[in-house]
Amino acid sequence: MRAKLQSGSKLRARIREGTDGLATGLAILSTVLVVAPLIAIFVYLIYKGASSLNLAFFTKLPKPEGEIGGGMANAIVGSGVLLALASLIGVPIGIGGGIFLAEFGRGTKLANAVRFTADVLNGVPSIVMGMAVYGLIVTPRMPFSAISGGVALGIMMIPTVTRTTEEMLLMVPHSVREAALALGVPNWRSVLSITVKTASPGIITGCMLAFARVAGETAPLIFTAFGNSNWSVALNQPISALPLEIYRYAISPYDDQHRQAWAAALVLVVLIVAAVSLVRYVAGRGVLKGAS
Amino acid sequence: MGVGIEVSTLNAWYGANHTLQDINLNIPANHATALIGPSGCGKSTFVRCLNRMHETNPIARVTGTVRIGDLDIYADAKPVEIRRRVGMVFQRPNPFPTMSIYDNVAAGLKLNGYSNRRVLDEIVERSLKDSALWDEVKDDLRKKSGASLSGGQQQRLCIARALAVDPEVLLMDEPASALDPVSTSKIEDLIFQLKSQYTIVIVTHNMQQAARVAEKTGFFLNGRMVEFDSTHKIFTNPSDKRTEDYITGRFG
Repeated sequence: MRAKLQSGSKLRARIREGTDGLATGLAILSTVLVVAPLIAIFVYLIYKGASSLNLAFFTKLPKPEGEIGGGMANAIVGSGVLLALASLIGVPIGIGGGIFLAEFGRGTKLANAVRFTADVLNGVPSIVMGMAVYGLIVTPRMPFSAISGGVALGIMMIPTVTRTTEEMLLMVPHSVREAALALGVPNWRSVLSITVKTASPGIITGCMLAFARVAGETAPLIFTAFGNSNWSVALNQPISALPLEIYRYAISPYDDQHRQAWAAALVLVVLIVAAVSLVRYVAGRGVLKGAS
Repeated sequence: MGVGIEVSTLNAWYGANHTLQDINLNIPANHATALIGPSGCGKSTFVRCLNRMHETNPIARVTGTVRIGDLDIYADAKPVEIRRRVGMVFQRPNPFPTMSIYDNVAAGLKLNGYSNRRVLDEIVERSLKDSALWDEVKDDLRKKSGASLSGGQQQRLCIARALAVDPEVLLMDEPASALDPVSTSKIEDLIFQLKSQYTIVIVTHNMQQAARVAEKTGFFLNGRMVEFDSTHKIFTNPSDKRTEDYITGRFG
């Protein structure tokens, strides 16, 4: 009886170990599958693009169609200008909206309407966003311009920033808010200095997600920023951007431009990673020992 | 210095729930007063009415008068002014997680626009000494987060934070119920020292704790105050049968 029980429990132990191993294996497989596409993209970009990267790529303007050489200095700077404009529009409005949803408008009809609008806005195809901004802002008096491109990208950032800000604020424990109120701190001050500050790592992550997403957008720029093969950082003039150049070069008939498109794609990805890492590093520097 | 509290015909509601009914009570200045009673009897609601925290819940409502010193808190002042004069310590330690120990203590002053560095330094040191935490944290004031301390230290940090704004009354809502016995006895020692300077109202589930720290004790049951008397009388010779049943452990 005893022996039988033991052999039974041995079998069961083996089944349990087997299940455990299977689950661990599946988890590892999933991890690999998550990371693999990113690594594959990176490796392929380096393989295709690294050979065309040289000093000229970062310092020179594009050559006319068909000529070898030249660079994308204007597109790199143009992307920077467009993203700065977009962040100036998308981050404050987005965070403000998130604060309203989580702190001041909770449960009101207006808040529900804002939340619904943000979700719908998030689902609007980027090409539609480009057309809408084209229709609203681009006029004969103010033609294709950096501003209209920045507005299109900025509007695309808003819903992501708003919804993550709201989620992160709602995660701040009620006890922390009460602590501030019980000290005689006015509600608005408590929201800005305590709740938002406590949630700031998550809010920054949300902004970075939105930033990285619009950094690679091409479609909303076609009818707004338009692209420019000359130097221009003027906000009321057409401006170049890396995604636009990638698109233009990738469909051109010349091999040299194909290679440059790959190089530009590599630079775009590296710059996004660098910008996100930099912000995280700067934002994380003030964190104290033991702070959650 | 602490001031007395006079409560008359205080009623409070959460939505349709009448959680406090006709409370009349005089809490003496510079003493510790304990409030005991089973869960849900209204004692936490009662202390939350003393600093107008009750009304931060949108479905909550209060009527009646509460005088703290010479101030009628529901008629003469704004909630933020009351809360600066009436400090509160909660059941679970709730330091600001992203702030250093120093900033946690200075928070009440800083967030109300006070910024004189030298004065702040002094107040932070005095408050941490008054809450018996100074020796344990004085080397990490700005380096460590308030959340990195142990539970008992966090609770004393919260007491220091409440003391830093120089209140007249200190409300403590089960301040030791989430702490181990050693930390609990530190908090009780602290209450003993603090009551010479502040009027202390402490809600507790622990009747021995009430007996140890408080001169006066009130017994709450189902939203009413059944009995309020000297702690000695409540625990040795209560006037009301229900008080006796509760303290002898027959219910609750």
